[in-house]
Amino acid sequence: MKMVKRAFVAAMALVGASSPAMAAWSDLNLRVGVTELSREIHSLHMLILWICVAIAVAVFGVMIYSIATFRKSKGAVPANFDHNTKAEIVWTVIPVVILVAMAVPAAKTLVKIDDTRGSELTVKVTGYQWKWQYEYVDQGVSFFSTLARTSDEARQLDSGIAPESVENYLLEVDNPLVVPQGKKVRVLITANDVIHAWWVPDFGIKKDAIPGYINEMWFRADEPGVYRGQCAELCGRDHGFMPVVVEVKTQAEFDAWLEAQKAARQASATPAAQTAAIVTPVNQLAAVRVANAE
Amino acid sequence: MSATQTHGHAAEHHDDHGPAKGITRWLTTTNHKDIGTMYLVFSLVMFLVGGSMALVVRAELFMPGMQLVDPGFFNTMTTVHALIMVFGAVMPATVGLANWMIPLQVGAPDMALPRMNNFSFWLLVAAFSLLILSLFMPGGGPAAGWTLYPPLVLQTGDALPLAIFAIHLAGASSIMGAINIIVTIMNMRAPGMTLLKMPLFTWTWLITAYLLIAVMPVFAGAVTMLLTDHFFGTTFFAAAGGGDPVLYQHIFWFFGHPEVYIMILPAFGIVSEIIPTFSRKPLFGYDAMVYATASIAFLSFIVWAHHMFTVGMPLAGEMFFMLSTMLIAVPTGVKVFNWTATMWRGSLSFETPMLFALAFLFLFTIGGFSGLMMAIAPVDFQYHDTYFIVAHFHYVLVPGAVFAIMAGVYYWLPKWTGHMYDTKLANLHFWSSAIFVNVLFFPQHFLGLAGMPRRIPDYSTQFADWNMVSSIGAFGFGLSQLLFVYVIWKCAKGGQKASAEVWDGARVHGLEWTVPSPAPYHTFDEAPVVK
Repeated sequence: MKMVKRAFVAAMALVGASSPAMAAWSDLNLRVGVTELSREIHSLHMLILWICVAIAVAVFGVMIYSIATFRKSKGAVPANFDHNTKAEIVWTVIPVVILVAMAVPAAKTLVKIDDTRGSELTVKVTGYQWKWQYEYVDQGVSFFSTLARTSDEARQLDSGIAPESVENYLLEVDNPLVVPQGKKVRVLITANDVIHAWWVPDFGIKKDAIPGYINEMWFRADEPGVYRGQCAELCGRDHGFMPVVVEVKTQAEFDAWLEAQKAARQASATPAAQTAAIVTPVNQLAAVRVANAE
Repeated sequence: MSATQTHGHAAEHHDDHGPAKGITRWLTTTNHKDIGTMYLVFSLVMFLVGGSMALVVRAELFMPGMQLVDPGFFNTMTTVHALIMVFGAVMPATVGLANWMIPLQVGAPDMALPRMNNFSFWLLVAAFSLLILSLFMPGGGPAAGWTLYPPLVLQTGDALPLAIFAIHLAGASSIMGAINIIVTIMNMRAPGMTLLKMPLFTWTWLITAYLLIAVMPVFAGAVTMLLTDHFFGTTFFAAAGGGDPVLYQHIFWFFGHPEVYIMILPAFGIVSEIIPTFSRKPLFGYDAMVYATASIAFLSFIVWAHHMFTVGMPLAGEMFFMLSTMLIAVPTGVKVFNWTATMWRGSLSFETPMLFALAFLFLFTIGGFSGLMMAIAPVDFQYHDTYFIVAHFHYVLVPGAVFAIMAGVYYWLPKWTGHMYDTKLANLHFWSSAIFVNVLFFPQHFLGLAGMPRRIPDYSTQFADWNMVSSIGAFGFGLSQLLFVYVIWKCAKGGQKASAEVWDGARVHGLEWTVPSPAPYHTFDEAPVVK
């Protein structure tokens, strides 16, 4: 048994050693993600990519063959034809058929993305210059989510802090959005000042946050974990510095987290607690400063 | 008004033998060749200015962390880079080629409206002086992206009115240029040149000119509404006042999508001239090419919202714009197949214009493929506003439109200057441009798919490698263009004498190859007869 365990550890280490190369390869393509929609979008993406590759091989093949074969330097004598109705009909009709073949699965997925019915949790996301606000509409919990202080200090012009030394540089926030695993979450999206866009690549879709509009989207995350994205609509000076972080927890963990949020909220309703709520972050701030100075 | 007209009539009797001397020649010229040259030189200058701004962007993105510029200035650079490249470099370059070549191709002595021609050029200079001036205004230059989306754009400082007036002037200039081209083509063709005998470059420009007249006023209207929202208390685009920020996007892209074809159709025309010449074979499917161009132009009016799949349109809207956009692949495919069939069983040679045209053929098609991928709305939710989009539109615009323009410049340069360009340096310019443009833009596909949003001045460390490669490509490509400037300058100064035909057997491909090289100041005083 111990032998098996050791072999397993060694195998994992081996995989670990080759993982930089693996990571580099997967960085070239769209992520599969962790929702039904993101997987469907990924397979649509692969389908169209391979169709394009096949067409490219055929078309570029003919071009390269022509360039290699019909050369004046090889004594090629030009033909004199200038049209061929049959060929022209064929290469108009075939693309139409291919397009229809692409359109059918695309339309199906589009319909699925649009269907926000039957959601089990509703979260309202509001974009601000330059942070997000998350509100659990039916639970009365809300908070702001801004770029983590470590990233914010490193990203200042000539900060002297190497981005590589900061964990999840520019993709970390103080308060992530927390959602339960395996539940259909409906997201209502709006903005307070200018247009932003809320995007988590692993969930598969993005939507604009527009002042005066409430947009809708949904996701159901299958795996617990932390998923990171960014604002995807130019929203001014610090557009690059308002990441989106979503923590997916099991239902039990989520419920506990939500209760803690509610309790903290109730506690902060009393005057003494309000002072504490202000003092605590200030103390934390001081602690971070000290840590950085060291 | 009447005084000007009298003066104009009097002047006509004096200036039909040669150009005026000194600076007056350029300020007051009504000669299509002079104006064409000015447009081309102007666009080359703007290409270098806009390119330098792109290099500021790529230098900041060379590695993670902020090293060189403030994020606000970074946004100004991306914004003004795009405005200059679209309205100051690509469009004026094609207008310059149109000015030079359309009268020569249709056998006309000049453009139909020569004084308006002069005015439309100088308006453009005024427009870009304003735009560049806007960089130095309190609050910084325009920084809301070239699409100028409200409400963000309304946060611009004193640069906003300058940028908007710059767009008004550039738009007025474009409309005048377009009217001039339509009137010239419709009224001044040589006897016997029916519409379906016109060279493809003239044809694509005729269709482009109609697009310009249709959409430039729409854009002018959109930016005027921005102006009144900002200064006169209207709320066209402010939800708080009953307006609609998404309305702006619909209006903008109703202009913006045809604008894409305004930049690429003349490029199609140039490539359709060059490939037959160097294949020594007539263009395959001439009629189909004309009809394909017309259908692309028509479709360009009903696909605009594919730029806005993420704004939250109703399902039916997304479906419509997805399907209409996919349709564009059909006429575009026809064009690519026809160019390929033109080469099939030809007798190909690879002079610099042909090299650029072939690079266009391959690389524009790659941009076409990524365009098709983005047409699929559900997948576009992932691609939208990432570097995948940046890669796509740079593929269709740089090795697409810009390479075609360079192909056109090398193709017609001996006709303009009377000299052959330095072949070795020109080929060097081609190869370094063609290699670096791919180093620059191909990795951006990977960055976008991996999740890097566009228009960000700094990025997470996982994007570091490909950004560095892309930046190296950018500087390589930028430096290669200095070679382009040198080759043109050298060719203008002197070189091997070019014959009237310039290219072996070119005479059958257009009237421009029947006049001497350099083309005399006045050509076709007597209309040629086309059989």
